[in-house]
Amino acid sequence: MAKPAFENLEALRRHVQLLEGSRRAAGVLPFGIERIDARLPGGGLTLGALHEVAGRDQGVVDGAAAALFVAGIAARTKGHVLWCLTQADLFAPGLAQAGLDPQRVICVEAGDEKSVLLCCEEALRHGGLGAVVAEVSRLSLTASRRLQLAAENTRTLALALRRWGKVKEAAEFGLPTAAVTRWRIASARSHALPVAGIGTARWRLELLRCKGGDAAEFDVEARYGQAGLALSAPLADRSAAAAVAARRDGFRAAS
Amino acid sequence: MLKGMDGRRRVVTAADRAAHMAGLRVGMPLTKAQALVEDLAVYNANPDGDRDALERLAGWALQTYSPVVAADPPDGLILDITGADHLHGGEAVLLDGLIRRLSDQGIEATAAIADTWGAAHALARFVARPTVIIPPGDSAKVVRNLHAAALRLPLNLVESLCVLGFETVGDLASQPRAPLVHRFGRELSRRLDQMFGYLAEPVDPVDLPDVTEVKRVFFEPIGAPETLARYTAKLTEELCDALEARGEGARQLDLYFVRVDGRIEAIRVGTAKPVRDTARLTRLLCDKIETVDPGFGIERMRLIATLAEPLVMTQTSSHEEAGPDLASLVDILSNRIGGERIYRLTAIESDVPERSVRRTSPLTSTDNGWPAHWPRPIRLFRRPEPVLLLAALPDHPPGALTWRGARHRVVSADGPERIFGEWWKHDNETWAVRDYFRVELDTGERLWLFRNGDGEDADPDKHKWFLHGMFA
Repeated sequence: MAKPAFENLEALRRHVQLLEGSRRAAGVLPFGIERIDARLPGGGLTLGALHEVAGRDQGVVDGAAAALFVAGIAARTKGHVLWCLTQADLFAPGLAQAGLDPQRVICVEAGDEKSVLLCCEEALRHGGLGAVVAEVSRLSLTASRRLQLAAENTRTLALALRRWGKVKEAAEFGLPTAAVTRWRIASARSHALPVAGIGTARWRLELLRCKGGDAAEFDVEARYGQAGLALSAPLADRSAAAAVAARRDGFRAAS
Repeated sequence: MLKGMDGRRRVVTAADRAAHMAGLRVGMPLTKAQALVEDLAVYNANPDGDRDALERLAGWALQTYSPVVAADPPDGLILDITGADHLHGGEAVLLDGLIRRLSDQGIEATAAIADTWGAAHALARFVARPTVIIPPGDSAKVVRNLHAAALRLPLNLVESLCVLGFETVGDLASQPRAPLVHRFGRELSRRLDQMFGYLAEPVDPVDLPDVTEVKRVFFEPIGAPETLARYTAKLTEELCDALEARGEGARQLDLYFVRVDGRIEAIRVGTAKPVRDTARLTRLLCDKIETVDPGFGIERMRLIATLAEPLVMTQTSSHEEAGPDLASLVDILSNRIGGERIYRLTAIESDVPERSVRRTSPLTSTDNGWPAHWPRPIRLFRRPEPVLLLAALPDHPPGALTWRGARHRVVSADGPERIFGEWWKHDNETWAVRDYFRVELDTGERLWLFRNGDGEDADPDKHKWFLHGMFA
């Protein structure tokens, strides 16, 4: 058998993708932050694929940081977002402040995790949605592969938001799944303000696993007054630091 | 009080509560009743009218609750809620809703859920105040203590049983059956067996007037799921043709499978908007075929559009790109897990956080939002969780807090944001005040705390702290 010749790495990658049978024509959803997008193959989160997100420490139970991250991603997709959960503690005004218009969100409150996965699979097969979020604790390899297969051939982003009943149970997050990327989101201390109060919210994003890419870590912070993320000062070559300083000056002038 | 004819006698057929207090009983001769009570208000009973009204009520219950509903004359309805209760939020919620809706209509009703028709019939009339739910398998034990009159027997038979000392159902059930049948006839034995579930008693669903219906009778009983699915598709096609002739679309479909042994299995699907799309309706029905137990085979299938609405055609343009059809997805999901569990969240005007969100239908779209100038958490606990902490009054944030037994140090905080109770909703909220704080822990987590009370009162018992949400 004659070996196919590859001029460069890119052509080889395409060939491997073809062999794997995954049609990645769906495109990607960039974060809009160069540092992060550069680490992801294709320059963003692959559409029509499964991505996994969890919190850290106490965050694996409440799933707040992960939900915020997922909402931010879902907000940048087009079309409706189906959010399947078993525990209805999602707060719509908070979603709106994360940039995801609650009008776009259809909540499905399934009785158990099995039906969460079934509903999500059905919604992914439908293909007309922007993103489908599944809040589950257990996600077996089979279940995740089913989601991944259902998402392929569509432009729907499948997001598995993992949250567990106890912090200890989160060890399960290490088990393999068919997800294309796996993220862990931890809340980080905000930069101290010169006055009493909480500064801009910051998070540490850990890209634990990335198909076709390397693991990475990013420190990000909320963009002031608008939805979305920005790299926090040390990573972004202190370009955001100027803005913080400017705002600090503004505070000083006001006080 | 109502009077009616029993043969050639005029007897009391129904008496209201006041009449009962005065000593009137059903079955008493009218003359005796009139002798007992002066100025007795006597009306003619109208058994035919009652039966018609009961049929109409059964039709309503069929459209609302379950595909298998029948009138249980003279005064009852029987609903087979197998596989239907979870769509209404469980058995207890279904029963309470039913009683409430009936009482809104001025009908005082009692209801029971049990394993068999006989048991439910008896419990609804002799135990329910106003509802009773017997867990599966326990009915046989419960009904043994009921009076023999609970057995759906003629009045004179019950009387003679009592004369012989058979007071309860249990007394009768523990007797050897042959002498009982010899003495009292087959009816007693049949009713006993039906109550304990030894004898099947299929519920024949009430016929709705003026509905589109198609049916098919099979030469040989069928049972394989693929065969059922194939004939479901054929029936759906016929039904869609029939609906098209009437210019309607289906909102709710009931598919009945009549088994060889006379039992009726039913599946029901509902849609959010009127639908006449064969493929979509077939898909919805076939999704549920696995819940049908074909037993020894199915000899008849009936497909009925129990709810249909005029289907309005809209003009579409080839220039605009049609948006994805969400209704089909919502239908599939709501038939699987229940319509109330799929919703969109919209704002209602309220400062109290837990009241500021309302669930609406997933297909409607409203464009009101929440005020954005106060940060709101992404997760809001259904019940605020108590936390232990010390904070200076009147409006200082805490320095540390203990939540679920773990101590956390607070690094920085914002607040307070004061929210007043809604005195126009509840009287006890007149003086209710919550002061909300946003705090950041040393681990980086951001929480939403509130203190009950305005901080003016120095009594520490009046200032309870709660954790209400997570910002992350």
